[in-house]
Amino acid sequence: MDPECARLLPALCAVLADPSQAVADDTCLEKLLDWFKTVTEAGSSLLLLQENPCLVDLLTHVLDLKPQNVSPRVLSFSLCLAGTFAAQEDCFEYLQQGQLLLGLFGEAGPLSWAAWSVPIVRSGWIRGLRSLAQHPSALHFLGDSGAVDALFSLQGDSSLFVASAASQLLVHILALSMQGKAAGSSSLQGSAWPACAQKIVDHVEACLCSTAAPQVTQALNVLTTTFGRCHNPWTEVLWGQLGPLVAHLLENEPIPAAHSLVDLLLSVARSPVFASADCGLWETTARMLSCLSPSQAGPLALGTLKLQNCPQALRSQAFGVLLQPLVCILRATAQAPGPPGVLDETTEGSSMTVDTLLSSKSACVGLLCQTLAHLEELQPLPQRPLHWPQTLLVEAAVIILKLCEGSVAPSSSEGGRLCGALAGCVRVQRAALDFLGTLSQGATSQELMLQVFAVLLETLESPASSPTVLKKAFQATLRWLLDSSLPPSSLDLGLPAPLFLKELFPVLQKRLCSPCWEVRDSALEFLTHLTACWGGEADFREVLLASEVPKLTWQLLRDPESYVRASAVTAMGRLSSQGLQAASESSGHLEVQQGLVGELLHILSVDSEGFPRRAVARVFTEWLRDSHADVARDTEWFVATVLPMVSRDLDWEVRAQGLELVQVFLAQTLGQSSPHCPYVVTLPKASPPSPLPEVLRTLCQLQVFDFAFRALFDCDRPVAQKACDLLLFLKDKTAPCSGLQEPGESSDVTSVEATLQRWQAGEQGQPLSTLEPKEVLAALRSMDLEGLQSRLAESSDHVEKSPQSLLQDVLATVAVLEENVADCY
Amino acid sequence: MKLYCLSGHPTLPCNILKFKSTTIMLDCGLDMTSTLNFLPLPLVQSPRLCNLPGWSLKDGNAFLDKELKECSGHVFVDSVPEFCLPETELIDLSTVDVILISNYHCMMALPYITEHTGFTGTVYATEPTVQIGRLLMEELVNFIERVPKAQSASLWKNKDIQRLLPSPLKDAVEVSTWRRCYTMQEVNSALSKIQLVGYSQKIELFGAVQVTPLSSGYALGSSNWIIQSHYEKVSYVSGSSLLTTHPQPMDQTSLKNSDVLVLTGLTQIPTANPDGMVGEFCSNLALTVRNGGNVLVPCYPSGVIYDLLECLYQYIDSAGLSSIPFYFISPVANSSLEFSQIFAEWLCHNKQSKVYLPEPPFPHAELIQTNKLKHYPSIHGDFSNDFRQPCVVFTGHPSLRFGDVVHFMELWGKSSLNTVIFTEPDFSYLEALAPYQPLAMKCIYCPIDTRLNFIQVSKLLKEVQPLHVVCPEQYTQPPPAQSHRMDLMIDCQPPPMSYRRAEVLALPFKRRYEKIEIMPELADSLVPMEIKPGISLATVSAVLHTKDNKHVLQPPPRPAQPTSGKKRKRVSDDVPDCQVLKPLLSGSIPVEQFVQTLEKHGFSDIKVEDTAKGHIVLLQEAETLIQIEEDSTHIICDNDEMLRVRLRDLVLKFLQKF
Repeated sequence: MDPECARLLPALCAVLADPSQAVADDTCLEKLLDWFKTVTEAGSSLLLLQENPCLVDLLTHVLDLKPQNVSPRVLSFSLCLAGTFAAQEDCFEYLQQGQLLLGLFGEAGPLSWAAWSVPIVRSGWIRGLRSLAQHPSALHFLGDSGAVDALFSLQGDSSLFVASAASQLLVHILALSMQGKAAGSSSLQGSAWPACAQKIVDHVEACLCSTAAPQVTQALNVLTTTFGRCHNPWTEVLWGQLGPLVAHLLENEPIPAAHSLVDLLLSVARSPVFASADCGLWETTARMLSCLSPSQAGPLALGTLKLQNCPQALRSQAFGVLLQPLVCILRATAQAPGPPGVLDETTEGSSMTVDTLLSSKSACVGLLCQTLAHLEELQPLPQRPLHWPQTLLVEAAVIILKLCEGSVAPSSSEGGRLCGALAGCVRVQRAALDFLGTLSQGATSQELMLQVFAVLLETLESPASSPTVLKKAFQATLRWLLDSSLPPSSLDLGLPAPLFLKELFPVLQKRLCSPCWEVRDSALEFLTHLTACWGGEADFREVLLASEVPKLTWQLLRDPESYVRASAVTAMGRLSSQGLQAASESSGHLEVQQGLVGELLHILSVDSEGFPRRAVARVFTEWLRDSHADVARDTEWFVATVLPMVSRDLDWEVRAQGLELVQVFLAQTLGQSSPHCPYVVTLPKASPPSPLPEVLRTLCQLQVFDFAFRALFDCDRPVAQKACDLLLFLKDKTAPCSGLQEPGESSDVTSVEATLQRWQAGEQGQPLSTLEPKEVLAALRSMDLEGLQSRLAESSDHVEKSPQSLLQDVLATVAVLEENVADCY
Repeated sequence: MKLYCLSGHPTLPCNILKFKSTTIMLDCGLDMTSTLNFLPLPLVQSPRLCNLPGWSLKDGNAFLDKELKECSGHVFVDSVPEFCLPETELIDLSTVDVILISNYHCMMALPYITEHTGFTGTVYATEPTVQIGRLLMEELVNFIERVPKAQSASLWKNKDIQRLLPSPLKDAVEVSTWRRCYTMQEVNSALSKIQLVGYSQKIELFGAVQVTPLSSGYALGSSNWIIQSHYEKVSYVSGSSLLTTHPQPMDQTSLKNSDVLVLTGLTQIPTANPDGMVGEFCSNLALTVRNGGNVLVPCYPSGVIYDLLECLYQYIDSAGLSSIPFYFISPVANSSLEFSQIFAEWLCHNKQSKVYLPEPPFPHAELIQTNKLKHYPSIHGDFSNDFRQPCVVFTGHPSLRFGDVVHFMELWGKSSLNTVIFTEPDFSYLEALAPYQPLAMKCIYCPIDTRLNFIQVSKLLKEVQPLHVVCPEQYTQPPPAQSHRMDLMIDCQPPPMSYRRAEVLALPFKRRYEKIEIMPELADSLVPMEIKPGISLATVSAVLHTKDNKHVLQPPPRPAQPTSGKKRKRVSDDVPDCQVLKPLLSGSIPVEQFVQTLEKHGFSDIKVEDTAKGHIVLLQEAETLIQIEEDSTHIICDNDEMLRVRLRDLVLKFLQKF
């Protein structure tokens, strides 16, 4: 601990010990605890206490105060603090000598005080014990002080945080007491368990046999954490002992604490201890899969399928459980559900699924959303079943979407009720669209693909589709269009995508005119992505140019909603890059005559919102990078026009993007700084880079340096970092030139540096005289850019984070509070 | 209590409730779908309509060709359009005491009822309902009267001939009751019978029942009605909405604890979400106009049009439509737009608060001010000077059979650039378009019906929990076109009672109580006795006086003095004889104690038998039975009155008297 902190510590302890001085908030106490933790981890706690007796005084004082006088926060803090110190055995003994620990954690301590009713005190008590429980002495202490019994009752605490912490501490104590026991499982049989462990296991066992569901849940939670954390051989013995009791729970009707049971089974199954042994685990899992309700069995099925070492039969059963709701939907709507093999396992228990689906709207929606999410999660995993029923899944997603649209008229009564439950259900629609989107990568027959596109189009077209549904529908459509690996030029093959495009564009047009800005925004995003991928395809270009879409996109540059303007800017940027805004230019609007560049510059200079300006800056950078025709015509004019606007922008992202633009420009004029890969094949350059002095002059004229130097002292760190990188790049590039300079600085350079220093001091209003290359070079040379770069790389709050400032803060807050109290009088 | 159902149209109801000696007509809707069978009335001579071929029977008989014309495979009556009136034969309408109107769409048949049935009662409605209802009637009369048609077809209505006609004429119901439109004079006379009411105002009907209008959230001034006596409550829910549009929100809490809830006027398009439809409306409008086409919106002059104009107000700038003219053409356009701005107290909270700023509650005022929205009484006159295309025209009538809309259909129908957007849900858009086929213009159907859908109804019923629900039969089964949608019907317990046109329903509850007032001096004289903790009884001797359905207990007249001086009594002096009052008894007889008492009084050889209802005490010696039951005690002894009286007195000792 540094001396300054040691000096402040007594005052802090005095403040904490004084019940009349309230500490403002918990966060500073938490920070203090963190700090003490780092201090004790780095050195001896005993030494710390001996050197700073005020700490023990604080703990003693808290105990000596009348229970009703102690602030719950300080009490909780003291408990945690004592635990932190007692984590080291010698310090534990030291504190124990004064019976301090027993006073704090024993039955006569806070456990019996009125403050115990405050959750933060109970939580502090548990946290203290958790820190303390690190060594054998602690185990004895825990056993003797009655803490374990208190923890048993805290498992059912009204505060979930406390209950969970109690349960975790029990697991920690169990693991601690088993530490160092003989690894061989045989030696652990019978009564060989240490007393503390035996006590916990007995408690868990009793709870498992209890008829009260909360008790069972508590026991299952302890076991789940145990098997999740401890992977020692004794856990196998433990399962051997408790597994039958767990299996016995399945015989109850209804099964108690089903969710916790699922968690436990998955936790055991994931433990490496059970990788080879069976221990009846798979049998229990199989039984459970068949007797749990469909919504409870879903997570177990997914967890089982994610396991690496699970038997094939169980995997098939689990997959059957996941597929069941979809199969039921297909059956109820009289669709022929996929290849017969997949369904053989799913017939069992399907009546329960049908019952759930038909029982109520909320049950149906819940089960379907869960199933779709599970299958979506499974789809990209390597563990997914080999025989992935792509057709069945696509068919199911399509039919679910149709049910939501109300566009399917099933003949069966089950189908009718499903239709009633799902019609217009946005939640299921979103889940189904997400799922359908992920299915785009699999192989799908052309006929089915037509159905997919038809249902997507129907969703996109439907007036009832909500904005979020439309967004998902656009996303799914994009995935299917791009992943169906059908370039639009395959029109002559009669494949669905191009035909679909012809139907899609009228819908896209309508959506671009939607009164709801979210819809316009999603439509523009969709257009941007689609153009990026297919902008070069002749059929796509033809359909796009024949539509109103480019014109509408142009109009949306003036949309009242800033997000839409931003998306329109991006979309127009993309369309323009691909030479696709031609149609709009013939429309005769005034804006068209000014050209898109003019329109975007207008947005950059006058738009009151940041998003559109950021979008413009990004588009301009892209255009420069891709040598867009409008830019390549006169790059220097372009940079000269854009830079003054971005450099003065109030939005830091626009300024950062401006620096990015400069970087691209420099890379083009000076060449890349260094190839990213030494083996990269570089294309021969069309025109060799211009000579350096000339380039420097140009850069000075374009006021690149002015912008970069200003940005170097930007109040937003990312901008400063970027400017620093940029100047370092320039320094690197101009190194050969700088040697030509005369040693010694001219007066001009001095004035430049003086200005820069003022900027650094925050006086950004100070103008910089027109820079000359030699001044720039001198400035670059004299500045410690590397040092600045490393300083900027540190997080912005590193100064404020020091423990000293923390202690000062706490003391200052108390002082302020006191002042306020005085003011009141 | 009975409900007479005079209309088969679920959203244009006309029912009569007989309740506690009152006869109350609930709404007076006019089914105008009958007009779809008629040819449109063009404002400007239409060669196309004039030259339609006459229709002849299969055997070539052309005697109907003057009355019926054929257009694109459909047959239409070439005559003044006629409307299907509510049933007039089911009940004598002159006996109707009052008519309660729930919204301006549900009063369109009022002149037929008030002017031609001998009706002498009062009509109750809110002010906006009356004012806007008047506008709707005025518009209707104007539309029809300004295109006089000499011919009135009646031959086809002959039942034998009607059978030979093609659908839908063949299946048209009650054609004999179809009537031509009323006149303005009849409208004025009918409206003069209306008494204005405000929300939550309690109106006494003959002292028997009290009726109260409640906000229903559907339209300006639209109401649901509570009809209640002291112990019974009937709620009439007609055309209600839970959406946040311009009217005051629906008052649901006052509907609680109803014995019967009559539920009519649900949404006609249960699968369409109004928000989505408004979006659809705006998008299609913008697309058409951007392509240089015109948009025609057939609509009523009030109602959804206010909301549409408000949406457009927010939308046109973002969609770049600021330069496009919007025209609202109706004989009552001006009044409608102005009326909407002055009924602030009937508007939703948001709009009400604008009035205090002060700002007009509806933004269409600004549209008018900035010349973006212009309104005209008809296409004649100023409109033809200002008319600029492309444009958006709002005009009536939504049936496309009369009004200025007919002209625009003829004018714009041939170009595929133009679009007609149907927003009113009352008419099938395909049937409305039938006489204009073949049609090149685009048709968009986005019906906006803000009335309750079945999900909202189910929530409402759960909330207000009526004992019985009564509704049109259409609501008790899924719509015919979507027979699998079991969710598109009313689902409640007990299942709703349904009605259809010309049916009389006995409502399933019996009146059990009646309230009687006690005059203060009589109440003063009462001496209650507590017979159980918390329950006191008093006997009352009084005269029950009933007048105007109010019952009052008055003190009995003093015993008549001997009227020696008068020879004859006048009838009015004939007071009822007050008999000597026997005391009333209460309490129960504890058998064991009773037996002990008997023994104390010298009875012996007593036997007690338990029976299903109580006990029998047998005095064997005296050959006497005392039968003690919960609500009666009998002493059975043969010819020994002395013994009976002794035993009676012993029994009475255990009972309280008052």
